[in-house]
Amino acid sequence: MRKVSFPYMGTSYIPFEKVLMKFGNEVIVPPKPTMETISFGTKYAPEFACYPFKIVLGTYVQVLEAGADTLVSSGGVGPCRAGLYTTLQEKILKSHGYEFEMITMEPPGRHLRDLIKNVKKLINAKVSFADCIKIGRFAWKELVLLDKAEKLSHKIRPLEVKRGEASRAYKKSIELIADAEKYSDLLEIEREIENLYEKIPKKDMEPIKIGIVGEIYVLLEPSSNLEIEEMLGELGVYVERSMFLSEYVISNALLDLFHIKGDRDAKKMASPYFNEMCGGHGRESVGNAVIYAKRGFDGIIQLSPFTCIPEIVAKSILPKVCEERNMGFMAISLDEQTGKEGLRTRLEAFVDLLYFKKKRRQQLTNNSQLARGLA
Amino acid sequence: MKIGIPRALAYYAYYPFINTFFEKLGLEVVVSDETTKETMDYGIDDTITDACVPIKLFHGHVRSIMDKVDYVLVPRLVSVNREATFCPKFLGLPDMLRCSIADLKNELEVRVDIKQSKLKLFLLCLKVAKQLKKGFFKAYSAYLQALFSFRNYTHQFLQGGIPPLGIVGQHKDKSIRLGVVGYPYMLYDSYLSLDLIRKLISMGVYVVTPEMIPDREKKRQGKKLKKTLFWTFSNNVIRAAYHFFERQDVDGVIHITAFGCGPDFIVDKLMEIDAKNYKMPFLTITLDEHTGQEGLNTRLEAFVDMLKINRAKKEALFA
Repeated sequence: MRKVSFPYMGTSYIPFEKVLMKFGNEVIVPPKPTMETISFGTKYAPEFACYPFKIVLGTYVQVLEAGADTLVSSGGVGPCRAGLYTTLQEKILKSHGYEFEMITMEPPGRHLRDLIKNVKKLINAKVSFADCIKIGRFAWKELVLLDKAEKLSHKIRPLEVKRGEASRAYKKSIELIADAEKYSDLLEIEREIENLYEKIPKKDMEPIKIGIVGEIYVLLEPSSNLEIEEMLGELGVYVERSMFLSEYVISNALLDLFHIKGDRDAKKMASPYFNEMCGGHGRESVGNAVIYAKRGFDGIIQLSPFTCIPEIVAKSILPKVCEERNMGFMAISLDEQTGKEGLRTRLEAFVDLLYFKKKRRQQLTNNSQLARGLA
Repeated sequence: MKIGIPRALAYYAYYPFINTFFEKLGLEVVVSDETTKETMDYGIDDTITDACVPIKLFHGHVRSIMDKVDYVLVPRLVSVNREATFCPKFLGLPDMLRCSIADLKNELEVRVDIKQSKLKLFLLCLKVAKQLKKGFFKAYSAYLQALFSFRNYTHQFLQGGIPPLGIVGQHKDKSIRLGVVGYPYMLYDSYLSLDLIRKLISMGVYVVTPEMIPDREKKRQGKKLKKTLFWTFSNNVIRAAYHFFERQDVDGVIHITAFGCGPDFIVDKLMEIDAKNYKMPFLTITLDEHTGQEGLNTRLEAFVDMLKINRAKKEALFA
């Protein structure tokens, strides 16, 4: 039996594990990235490799040590470097004596035949077509629920009275989803998750709103962004992230098959500032910043791995976007440094600035209303 | 009318075409001066810190000529062949520039997406000529002459010369042959590369750069990679390296890269692993804004000396 493993990214391992298992593979679940993972990654990866490359490489070393013999990962058509990760990682690991098969899932738009061939390699059990649909529906619902639980936690966390309750509820809901077996279980769990969050006592206030844009891996994997969303939530900030896995899957796997460009709004919005597809999520970062501005957000935080090319282009453009639309902007480059407190200090300062800016704006509008009232 | 061409990035790869085309169109072509400390400082002021040196230099060159000309040529390179595109920073260059240099008002953005078709190249030239209010026949003759001058330039490379550095030919009987691979805007900018190629030649080395290898040969080497790289210049570099590895007609390979260069982390590591497999001496030199010459000299001398000893040993073995 194949012993399959895959990169760790956020909570995506829950549906992936179940799907691969149902298709008759033994699954070695990748461990959550820790210092050990990162030290493996930095040891074997080139110095300028982006941070996700190092984490994923470190994870591969760990799962190969645990006995995996097949690695599944995504490909891409560039020009972002992520599309070539597997080519290089395979070469590096094999040059260090590991033996395994690397299966790269290319986007279906240009490589449909390759993709089907690769998917077939992973189906090692007799599965009827009806079963396939059932498995797909279940995994999809899980993905959507995981994203929903996370979105709710972002909403509730700044309002919680007792610190840490939203995080606890989030953890609980992930456990519930991971334990689900059937589609009907998931429907029940959905209601339960909503209840969990509803029970948390909340303050009545309007929090500062910050939009997070940037590169997908550091957005989705909390251990690579030093749990920035939790940190911001505890500072009383409503955080909204521009990307979730379920949306990414829709735009990159399903729509790509029919050659429809996903994320159209973000691309359209970016157009006066950024006119060319440049790979990765550079253009989406700019477009989403514009969307957040229109929705009245107070600030934008851009997360990017150090040396990420598309995000460097976006980073040159974003300050102008935010200045023109009167929002605060902060860019954070992430690498294998793990000093959380330094980041917390920077975030506190940023949030304070936004808070006073908002307060002054409110005062100004109040004053003008007052003046109008007197006149 | 004056058109300004920044001496950076794609300029080094395509300058005979660009210069001839605009000259024959009847414009006064002003190429920014060779890179100096001042250009570099301008660039560093305008760009964000994460950007790589060549991008910073482009900003510096634009700033140094933008007030002297009517138009500044800012290319957006998307594709020149079917198999690859360019680094995202090339794709977003005009957008970056507009946001980083606020008082730049006279840029002439040219989007190059020709997919190796001569017709598309001609149509692009026609479009640019129209923007500059020049007629069809003038554009056509300028296009033909530009193409001729570009062909002439690639021919000079194949003869062993390095035209951007003014090197016409090299003595074939030099003791050591070195493959020096890297992007044209790194190798041929003598300030950025700390005059590395001339230094090597003065050490008695015959230098071979990726441009000196015929295109057909490079294409053949491309099959060695499991997946074609996404970037045109990178493909050139890695294929040239594979050519050296396979033929073993050089004594060693030096890879010149910029600090923080995105595509190069993949290119460099692939070459490093394969150099080991083919038993080819391999040296990576990373360049950035610093201008310390001595460190580079020491490393180059050590590398060349080592190769000389290697060669002497080999000859002694056969003799």
